[in-house]
Amino acid sequence: MNIQGENKTQNRILSLLPLWIVIGIFMIGPLLVMATVSLMESNVYGGVHFKFSLSGYQQILFDTNLFDEIEFNPAYIIIIARSFVLALAATFLSLLIGFPAAYYISRQSNRVKNILIFLVTIPFWTNLLIRTFAWIIILGKGGVIESSFNFLGLLDKESSLNLMYTNTAILIGLVYSYLPLMVLPIYASLEKMDVRLLEAATDLYSSRIELIRKIIFPLSMPGIIGGSILVFVPCLGAFIAPDLLGGGKKLLLGSLIQFQFSYARNWPFGAAMAMFLLALVILILIFNAKLNRRHRKYEAQR
Amino acid sequence: MEINKVNAINVKNVTKIYKTSNAETRALKNANLTIFDNEFFTLLGPSGCGKTTLLRLIAGFEDITEGSINLFDEEIVNLPPNKRSVNTVFQQYALFPHLDVFENVAFGLRRLNKDKNFVKKRTLEVLELVQMQDYGKRKPNQLSGGQQQRVALARALAPSPKVLLLDEPLSALDLKLRQAMRYELKTLQRETGITFVFVTHDQEEALTMSDRIAVINEGEIQQIGEPEEIYESPNNKFVANFIGEANLLTGICEKNGENGLCKLDAGQEVPMFIPNHIHKGETVTIFIRPERIKIKKSDKEKSYCTISQFTYLGNAASILLNSNTKSINVNLPIEDVKNFKKGDFVEVVFPSNSAQIID
Repeated sequence: MNIQGENKTQNRILSLLPLWIVIGIFMIGPLLVMATVSLMESNVYGGVHFKFSLSGYQQILFDTNLFDEIEFNPAYIIIIARSFVLALAATFLSLLIGFPAAYYISRQSNRVKNILIFLVTIPFWTNLLIRTFAWIIILGKGGVIESSFNFLGLLDKESSLNLMYTNTAILIGLVYSYLPLMVLPIYASLEKMDVRLLEAATDLYSSRIELIRKIIFPLSMPGIIGGSILVFVPCLGAFIAPDLLGGGKKLLLGSLIQFQFSYARNWPFGAAMAMFLLALVILILIFNAKLNRRHRKYEAQR
Repeated sequence: MEINKVNAINVKNVTKIYKTSNAETRALKNANLTIFDNEFFTLLGPSGCGKTTLLRLIAGFEDITEGSINLFDEEIVNLPPNKRSVNTVFQQYALFPHLDVFENVAFGLRRLNKDKNFVKKRTLEVLELVQMQDYGKRKPNQLSGGQQQRVALARALAPSPKVLLLDEPLSALDLKLRQAMRYELKTLQRETGITFVFVTHDQEEALTMSDRIAVINEGEIQQIGEPEEIYESPNNKFVANFIGEANLLTGICEKNGENGLCKLDAGQEVPMFIPNHIHKGETVTIFIRPERIKIKKSDKEKSYCTISQFTYLGNAASILLNSNTKSINVNLPIEDVKNFKKGDFVEVVFPSNSAQIID
């Protein structure tokens, strides 16, 4: 018995080994490097001085002025706040578009369902960079939208809608990029839902709106929460859409970090920002888990 | 219990056709029936016969292809389910998993915008009716099958529907519970005075609970009548075979009229009523229940039958007779057949008026 038990434990460790190696090399390793870099001093020519310093973190809130005095600098806080608002808006819009889409797909016949889900996943086949470039063609001066407005006579030839390089353009890009991540989990939870529950609710005098509010929405909550996290988290750190569609004029968190590594040559500051973003995301996930647990407890108690 | 003859549901010439891309299925063919107020009415038939389709048409979950359905003389065919004052008890209960028992039962009342105090009072009242008053705060997944069944019943009864539709509500329960629930359902119907329309494929359920039964097969209503009527004088071979056990034997008419006589293929004579339109010499099918046939011992020469199977059932015995290659089923109380065993030569006795002609 004992030998068998030991064998079992050994087997379990062995079979999980590849997973641990992958997680170790591709996740924990880079994270440790990042954390270490964030605690170093920056080197003007790129890279780092191997000397402990908190200046990376300090820079998020404070700046050193010409007289070597430390003073509060709200610029980065504003960038973080802007990223937050944009990510929230993108999540909300994705939910607004994604929920009805997921509901519609879940109500189709099996064959149509499979085709539609396949169509939802098609964008993932092309590089995000290329797909975002396509939006420049759509939104830009003389692009698809402007020329169709021209054609319809809603806009004269000389003026422009000025869609590009605005927050709206960034928002469109973000929603476009991450919408499938909202649709899929919601679809999964709606698909599991028993059609007879809808019949029962209608039988018990529910109007269409009450059906959605009282049955469909609460029952698809796990999908909605999952989808929202899947959209919100990458939106917070996104830099392709903000750079290409926002023109890099209004910096966002993701672009800021990328900028520190590629142009500003301030690795510790970039790493510190990245760690800050990571901490933020973890906090949100913990908050969400707490919320979920309380919700469940509340429901069980009632 | 007097049933006052007010029409609760009137089904007129109802046809339902399911269309798929390559086929058409006629689930119901020109069905006509009237269900009276205060009645326990059962739609009985094998699976796929159209009984559930009829129920779903009354509830409004399916669109009708042709015909009309009246609920207390009001046409309801064009009303959506939430505008029809009928409620359904679903086969697998379909309780709302995210709501507790109390909220499940209160669901219909809340949608009808009833006063808060009334909702509370009525919900508790109905929960008490099904003896679930102590489980109000439980979630459906914390209940046993029988308890879920009661909650489903309470939920459908709470808004006081004019008619309660029950779609094979007992089929998911085990045998003991099913038998107990039969009695409870019947009592509940008497106490509430609500018209019950009950769908089942279980003939025993139908016979024990119903005021009247409609037997349905292949989308057509075969016979409508009280349980006794359906059991004793079935309209056709399907009904005879589906409800209880039946012997269907062929013979030749010897004499028609009140004191008619029919001679079976094997030679036995059956005294019975034979309508006058059947003439002497015509081949007929007769129907007789196994418990109506008597047997007596006989010697080899005089006998027409041997006992080919003798099954002991405790209080009775089921005997299979072999009569000139034909089988006859006999079901008799055990004290009447104590002296018989497999292989005995027996004579079959058909008491007069125990058999009848069947189409």
